[in-house]
Amino acid sequence: MDKDIKKKSTTPRGKSNAKKIPLDKIFQAITFTACLGVILLLGFIIFKLFMESSLSVDKFGFKFITSMEWDPVNGEFGAGAYIFGTIVSSLIAILIATPVSVGIALYLTEIAPPWLSTPVGFLVELLAAIPSVIYGLWGIFVFVPFIRQYIQKPIGDLFGWIPLFSGPPLGIGMLSAGLILAIMIIPIITAISRDIISSVPTLQREGAMALGATRWEVIKYATLPFAKSGILGGIILGMGRALGETMAVTMVIGNRPEIKASLFAPAHSMAAVIANEFTEATDDIYLSALIEVGLLLFLVTFIMNGLARFFIWSVARGPKGGIRQ
Amino acid sequence: MEKVIQVNDVKAWYGSLQTLKGISLEISKNRVTAIIGPSGCGKSTFIRCLNRMHEVVPGAKVEGKILINKTDIYSTQVDPVEIRRRIGMVFQKPNPFPTMTIYNNVASGLKLNGVNNKKVLGEAVEKSLRRAALWDEVKDRLNHSGMSLSGGQQQRLCIARALAVEPDILLMDEPASALDPISTLRIEELVQELKQQYTIVIVTHNMQQAARISDYTAFFLNGEIIEYDITENIFTKPKDKRTEDYITGRFG
Ligand SMILES: Nc1ncnc2c1ncn2[C@@H]1O[C@H](COP(=O)(O)OP(=O)(O)OP(=O)(O)O)[C@@H](O)[C@H]1O
Ligand SMILES: [Mg+2]
Repeated sequence: MDKDIKKKSTTPRGKSNAKKIPLDKIFQAITFTACLGVILLLGFIIFKLFMESSLSVDKFGFKFITSMEWDPVNGEFGAGAYIFGTIVSSLIAILIATPVSVGIALYLTEIAPPWLSTPVGFLVELLAAIPSVIYGLWGIFVFVPFIRQYIQKPIGDLFGWIPLFSGPPLGIGMLSAGLILAIMIIPIITAISRDIISSVPTLQREGAMALGATRWEVIKYATLPFAKSGILGGIILGMGRALGETMAVTMVIGNRPEIKASLFAPAHSMAAVIANEFTEATDDIYLSALIEVGLLLFLVTFIMNGLARFFIWSVARGPKGGIRQ
Repeated sequence: MEKVIQVNDVKAWYGSLQTLKGISLEISKNRVTAIIGPSGCGKSTFIRCLNRMHEVVPGAKVEGKILINKTDIYSTQVDPVEIRRRIGMVFQKPNPFPTMTIYNNVASGLKLNGVNNKKVLGEAVEKSLRRAALWDEVKDRLNHSGMSLSGGQQQRLCIARALAVEPDILLMDEPASALDPISTLRIEELVQELKQQYTIVIVTHNMQQAARISDYTAFFLNGEIIEYDITENIFTKPKDKRTEDYITGRFG
């Protein structure tokens, strides 16, 4: 040790620098490679999807998106019903999951005592780790019968004349898929919102409190404005999961490629049709059509993300000259 | 002299740490009372007890009696939210609401009180910003974020926010610690002007400031009140050796 120091101090500066291992450079190279890898992989996947779907793209063109005709026997393919099913079921999920998740997060951070919020917070995180096939199984055997009996029947009896709630109470269908998705993304949105909300500075809350804000007003004046953009980021993550979810959706959505006004009607989704049919897709055009569905799923996720980000930007922009969190 | 705040044997804890060990004093109406003492002696804790802000810290506890205008603010019938509405508070660190405009920051207290009339709000905002010596600097950008201001401007914005609701009592926790000498001077002038209407309790580390602006001074040490008297007496003929040591800088 002593000797080392001595040696170093006697060596001329330039020489000792040249011998030093350039750790900084190595670290930079490793992280850069990792980053580049992700970009290349993404580019490769998109390129492959484009290539493999070209047959179907050429044959059906734009009609592929608008048509609902999905007839493998006659070689007619249109993904309209799948796109509809994916977007609508995810929107139902977001609409239900957002208020519930933010509510739970606010309760855990602002109201619940620590002996309750710590274990409940842990349980919520555990929920996020349940495999989706288990949600699907539970959905078929427990949730769907429950929905049919206690939600669809009474609502159908009372509001069956509204197209949204018309048709027989099958249990399986768009509503069940949306609800299962909501249950699956609630833990994600809750966990993120909770972390964001608990990072709101105490000084902010106390500022509102000292002005005489009630508990709710503290949330409205200090907590939510501060946490808004972070919570919306959590919602986007949840939406991404809902759009791509396959197993749980295919188990409860009914797998019928139709566009119906009724939430009770069976529907289908993009991820579900790919998973269900890729083994049967023996001829080239069938396979190509499925891959085009995959490409469109990519695109839909991309567009929904972009829209959500635009939405965040417009609500969280805040007044001029301020910092954005 | 009318006593607006009567504090009787107040003790306060953060968890098991006792930070106030029986404080008793009376604060006169329309006077400036300065709280001085070394860091960590309980000054902030004390003024936070006066508007029931101490208890919002998890695990914090208060004992004793505080009467404000003869009402026991710790009685069970009293809603702490009502108490805080009538007492303005400026924190040690500036804490404007970052997502609100300058205008809305100042108006927030009034809006919490249910004032929605644009004209009333506008007038109150201008008046408060003028009093906090900030109006000229921000009058052309009232719709900018409160965070776009410098630290010292933010602190004056917080002062304006506290003044906007016209509280009877104003608690200031080292309001000038983040300010330059000119802004500090303005705040001191403001305090002088405000005491015509308000009762002010101000925490300060600056002896000269306490001597300049306050009518009464309380010297705190380790959660106890060592001496409390008119400011002139504290600074010219302190009765306690520890007070003398502190104000002459020989403490420690
Ligand atoms: N939120 C808190 N949790 C736990 N202990 C705290 C908390 N705030 C203050 N304390 C402790 O309480 C004691 C008194 O703190 P207080 O903030 O009242 O001091 P102060 O006189 O205002 O000091 P300063 O001049 O540095 O602001 C200190 O020992 C501090 O460590
Ligand atoms: Mg303090």
